[in-house]
Amino acid sequence: MHPAPSVILFSTLSGLGFGFLAFLGWGAPGPSGWAAFFMWGLGYGLAVAGLLASTFHLGNPKNALKAFTQWRTSWLSREAWASVVTLVLLAPVALSGIFGFGLPRLVGQLGGALALGTVFTTSMIYTQIRAVPRWHHWLTPVMFLTFAVAGGATLSGRVWAPVALLAVGAVLLAVWRVGDGAFAKAGQTLGTATGLDQLGLPSVLDPAHTAGNYLKREMIFVVGRKHAAKLRKIALLLASILPALILLLPLGLWGIALAAAIHLAGALAARWLFFAEAEHVVGLYYGARG
Amino acid sequence: MTALPKATEKRLGLVIDLDTCVGCQACVTACKGWNDAGIGLSDQDPYGAKPSGTFLNRVHSYQVAVPDAVAQVVAFPRSCLHCEVAPCVTVCPTGASYKRAEDGIVLVNEDACIGCGLCAWACPYGAREMDAAQGVMKKCTLCVDRIYNESLPEEDREPACVRTCPTNARHYGDFADPESHVSRLTAERGGYDLMPGMGTESTNKYLPPRKKGAGSASPLAPLLDVQATGIAGWLDRMLGKI
Repeated sequence: MHPAPSVILFSTLSGLGFGFLAFLGWGAPGPSGWAAFFMWGLGYGLAVAGLLASTFHLGNPKNALKAFTQWRTSWLSREAWASVVTLVLLAPVALSGIFGFGLPRLVGQLGGALALGTVFTTSMIYTQIRAVPRWHHWLTPVMFLTFAVAGGATLSGRVWAPVALLAVGAVLLAVWRVGDGAFAKAGQTLGTATGLDQLGLPSVLDPAHTAGNYLKREMIFVVGRKHAAKLRKIALLLASILPALILLLPLGLWGIALAAAIHLAGALAARWLFFAEAEHVVGLYYGARG
Repeated sequence: MTALPKATEKRLGLVIDLDTCVGCQACVTACKGWNDAGIGLSDQDPYGAKPSGTFLNRVHSYQVAVPDAVAQVVAFPRSCLHCEVAPCVTVCPTGASYKRAEDGIVLVNEDACIGCGLCAWACPYGAREMDAAQGVMKKCTLCVDRIYNESLPEEDREPACVRTCPTNARHYGDFADPESHVSRLTAERGGYDLMPGMGTESTNKYLPPRKKGAGSASPLAPLLDVQATGIAGWLDRMLGKI
């Protein structure tokens, strides 16, 4: 799949933002005054920046509001609702934190749970797609949620944040291990795609068109695979191991900022791989396994 | 609505006969021609070095190594299968993508499409292409603006690809009627689904190409074993003895 920067930025930034908001909401009332202002501001900033990035992926964004209509069937529509409801519900919690209104804890906890729910709906957009076997697995939501929890725990300075960061590494290893065999396990070949397996062993004789098209650009992306092994090591190091070690050093707020920045870079690398390594079954028609 | 209808009154679709298709691309051209009218299917750099464009129907060609028989070349048209369980419909966040309850045709309401591309990701068959100029999703409409069009002569009220096919490799009809032309063809010739493991329960069916029989020696083979006669034969025998 084509690793579009808009979608990578959307899912990583909003994942981190909603992860942080989950901790802020659940931990409310946390710090007050300026400290609260900056923390809530960062959480909202990341989440909203991610959501805005996602609109750059749209071919016809003027209809964006219509995306709220199909929540009964569409995970993308559910995500639109979940994100907006979370942001609206947590707004009074944020203001209460900054100005000390003393809002009941329950509102923050509800908003915090919804924030993680939003990350879940994001992950389901990809998980539901059967035509991309690497994504069509329960480990996909586990990965998105682990990233959100680890990022949120890091930014909110929990003592167990290093453990959550190491869990990200473990989940990434599992995702790659299962993902590498997913396409073969789905059992689709050029033979099943054309039904010509009933006759013999088919292969491509002539392409259907000599130049590119939407399908090839969007779903038969192969550039990233060459460096996949290297990028996996980089993602593992940056998203998991390095920030976990930095948090163990007595660096205070600077340590948290450094760990979070490195973790975000690793998350971007991992998310790039999530798209670049995902093979769509339509590639079979073009003789590419992906 | 992006909820799928529980059942559709009719199940309109195509039967594509891989045995008679010769890969002439006439259906590709006819489809583009008909659907280019009105809102249109845009092309990018059509006469330049890297031509690209939106098509609703494409014809691939494959070579098949057949055990105990001669190898075969198979032309393979690929377009929307108007699936019963259409994954492209339920993923749509705006309701632009829908399956009609009356005849089962899967359509896109371009006025509601946001161009997110999720339906194209959900389709295993690559039946949907985003129009690069309009930013909305395009797909086969089963020529819904032909099949019910009473201003056309009756023989033209079928999809453009079917109407134009010079070898009659494409057939249009109602699969809900077991006596229809397409239902009978499917039953008689073993019509099948593409990627049945994907659970899409496609409406369109493909008819398999016939096996061409055991591989025989080349018709030119006897020429390799020429028996010379007369003087040439005598020379051949004499020279063979030396």
